[in-house]
Amino acid sequence: MCSVYRSVGTLLTIWVALAAGPIAQSPLRVCGDPNNMPFSNERGDGFENRIAKLVARDLHRRLEYFWLPQRRGFIRNSLNARRCDVVMGIPAQYGLLQPTKSYYRSAYVFVSRRDRHLDIDSFDAPALARLTVGIQMSGDDYNNPPAAQELASRHLVQNARGFTIYGDYSRPDPQREIVDAVADGRVDLAVVWGPLAGYYAQHVSEPLVVRPVAAVASSSSSRFTFDIAMGVRRDDTALKAALDDVITRRGDVIRHILRAYGVPLR
Amino acid sequence: MSARNVLGVVALWCIAATACHRKSDLPGGGLGPQHASVPGAAPAVHLVSEVSTGDWSMPAGDYGNLRYSTLDTIKTTNVMNLHVVTTFSTGVPHGHEGQPLVFGNTMYVVTPFPNNLIAVDLTKPGGAVKWIYEPHPDSRAVGIACCDVVNRGASFGDGKIVYSLLDATVVAVDTETGKEAWRTRVGDINKGETFTGAPIVVKDRVLVGNSGAELGVRGYVAALDLKTGRELWRAFNTGPDTDVKIGAGFHAFYAKDQGKDLGVTSWPSEQWKLGGSTVWGWISYDPETNLFFYGTANPGVWNPDLRPGDNKWSSTIFARDAETGDARWAYQVTAHDSWDYDEIMENILVDMDYGGRPRKLIVHPGRTGFVYILDRETGELLSAETYEPTNWASGYDLKTGKALEDPARQTHFGTVTQGICPSSTGAKDVIPSAFSPRTGLLYIPAHNTCMDYEGIEANYIAGTPYLGADVKMYPGPGGYQGELVAWDVAHNRKAWGAKEDKFPVYSGVLATGGDVVFYGTMDGWFKAVDARTGTELWKFHVASGIVANPITYLGPDGKQYVAVYSGIGGWMGAVAFPEISADDPYAALGVVGAMKDIKKYTAAGSTVYVFGL
Repeated sequence: MCSVYRSVGTLLTIWVALAAGPIAQSPLRVCGDPNNMPFSNERGDGFENRIAKLVARDLHRRLEYFWLPQRRGFIRNSLNARRCDVVMGIPAQYGLLQPTKSYYRSAYVFVSRRDRHLDIDSFDAPALARLTVGIQMSGDDYNNPPAAQELASRHLVQNARGFTIYGDYSRPDPQREIVDAVADGRVDLAVVWGPLAGYYAQHVSEPLVVRPVAAVASSSSSRFTFDIAMGVRRDDTALKAALDDVITRRGDVIRHILRAYGVPLR
Repeated sequence: MSARNVLGVVALWCIAATACHRKSDLPGGGLGPQHASVPGAAPAVHLVSEVSTGDWSMPAGDYGNLRYSTLDTIKTTNVMNLHVVTTFSTGVPHGHEGQPLVFGNTMYVVTPFPNNLIAVDLTKPGGAVKWIYEPHPDSRAVGIACCDVVNRGASFGDGKIVYSLLDATVVAVDTETGKEAWRTRVGDINKGETFTGAPIVVKDRVLVGNSGAELGVRGYVAALDLKTGRELWRAFNTGPDTDVKIGAGFHAFYAKDQGKDLGVTSWPSEQWKLGGSTVWGWISYDPETNLFFYGTANPGVWNPDLRPGDNKWSSTIFARDAETGDARWAYQVTAHDSWDYDEIMENILVDMDYGGRPRKLIVHPGRTGFVYILDRETGELLSAETYEPTNWASGYDLKTGKALEDPARQTHFGTVTQGICPSSTGAKDVIPSAFSPRTGLLYIPAHNTCMDYEGIEANYIAGTPYLGADVKMYPGPGGYQGELVAWDVAHNRKAWGAKEDKFPVYSGVLATGGDVVFYGTMDGWFKAVDARTGTELWKFHVASGIVANPITYLGPDGKQYVAVYSGIGGWMGAVAFPEISADDPYAALGVVGAMKDIKKYTAAGSTVYVFGL
């Protein structure tokens, strides 16, 4: 009797799937940080939220989130624990998961107040030795923002002011402080990942200048420009193919969203 | 405290022939007599406080952190008859570091996150639960804690069990009712702080430190009022002297540790604000001088190129006044750490003849691979000798207190440095040693793991691309990964070593008056060895690997028992978990290279084992 019920159930499922068409497909489950503007938050304010919405609509799938702060074990406890199926933004070279096609390319930028007329886009600028430079640091494992290493190799670490990458997570914009510090003069300039800098530069009253970091010498181990992709599990080829297809077809709309958030695109 | 155990304590005091008239209000109460001794102690070995004689009421069993009990019913001639008396599950299959407390016929067990406190009635068979206290800490702490969601145990005082929750909170729970007496949020998980260490109770206060150096938090130790939980003072380990509580009473032995505001001036610009130097290990206490001792963690941020300077007071041993928190002396073990050698290890306090005269010693088996012997009164380094393969330094200059470092073994971002020994996990980690006053030997749970510091990998943190170093750890020279090292303190040399081929020894050690030493292995063997020779006398295979610290106590029936947690986990042990891929070189901070076989030998567990004759 049990097996009969089970068979009926299976048939019903198939029938519903066929009859209802694309809407009945499994939801697009996104692994997201609930408090990580401008990328994402629980209210859907971030540009990754907007892009996720676009992708879900395009694939005729309902959008669902699994929320988890992006801390140690994020991939392990979200994507790889199968609580969700896609991380919206990862460096395309990130080894832990399978990247889709890259959907944007951005760079670390120098941020400064317009009224300071600093006009710096290189770590070799002589003026840098006389300025205080804000950088984000994690302290985490062996990780560094690339700017940290450039300052260290030029013996400019004394000029650096560290801000934690995680910021104060009890506040709605944990990573904003470094841009505020430029605006209110606590630091002369800051080296910040482009999407963060571009977004918060729009949200301070002081006019700021955002200039991508110029390429450094090829001997340097640092790089400042990164291709960003979505990430899926290594064995999830079907979802990767579907996302690649959306990125190809809807690239213009995606770039429009990014520009609206002030993301410097390379 | 049962009447029998009060008698035991009083008897011990009388051996020392002092202070017999003083009322016992231990633990967490009055001071013990000076220079207590134990039956059969090696010549001129004295204790700074009473060791365990039946109860186990603080993390190490005693203020001096000896992890030694005078109980001697279980001895070298009968330990082979040891068998399981009872087992019970804590219900949380994560790394079970730390140890239970036992007094008043009750065993108190703190679980890994969610940090439940379980009281077990020892007068009834089968691990009968009296009550369970569930504190429900903030679950966001789980993603912030670096190395599994461990807890290193509780302390007892004033009718309360006091312990830390992972979300940087300290709680006190009534021992009889299991009701919360107070709850104090000391740190802030929103800034990356977590609490994993075990607080200690000294007189009317609780001493506790923070964790999270890898997230760039700023380390400190704080004192809370035992009655109310109110914070009384906080002493930071980085920053200006006023924050560090360095004042007129501070006298560092070496010139390298002398000067104004070194916690600021030994860092670039304001980086001391992210300077790590947390306190997630063990705190020991000397009732005679009312000083407490602890070691600090690695400096933040991890990349040494970003923090030229000595980076004080990271990787430092501090002596502080327990009343005021004022620093008495400090000795920085490694300046400008470039290997992640936290020095939060246990500081074992013992008075004994050393170098031809009686000295008040600190014995500190370092993560660096050296056993450090210091004068407890002055902070002078008396000896630093290696106990496992070590090549980052060739030794120490005792005149300057400085390590003789090998520049070729220092790490620089983007530079390949191979064959650094020990690896970042150290020649031992936080897992504590034991010292037997009878043998004069320190029993060190040791590792033999080296590392290569290789190329650069793209990583991302909170939406931002980062560059990370690729670190690979692997077994060190000699074909073994773990060893129980017996270190002859008086003679600065290894007396014997019991090698464990497969994995590091990542369990704490217990030494007893029966001259039996207990420890466990990551693949699940609980072992008893002869304290004098290291000869294996007994072993039993438990359900899951051991990363906890064995204890011994007198049961309600007056018999001696030995208890230990079985639950693999922690930094190195987390590789046993199914969700940590052994193919993932980044998982668990590079330790998979050393631990990749562990899944073949053990899996997660959550069992308390009690053994008896």
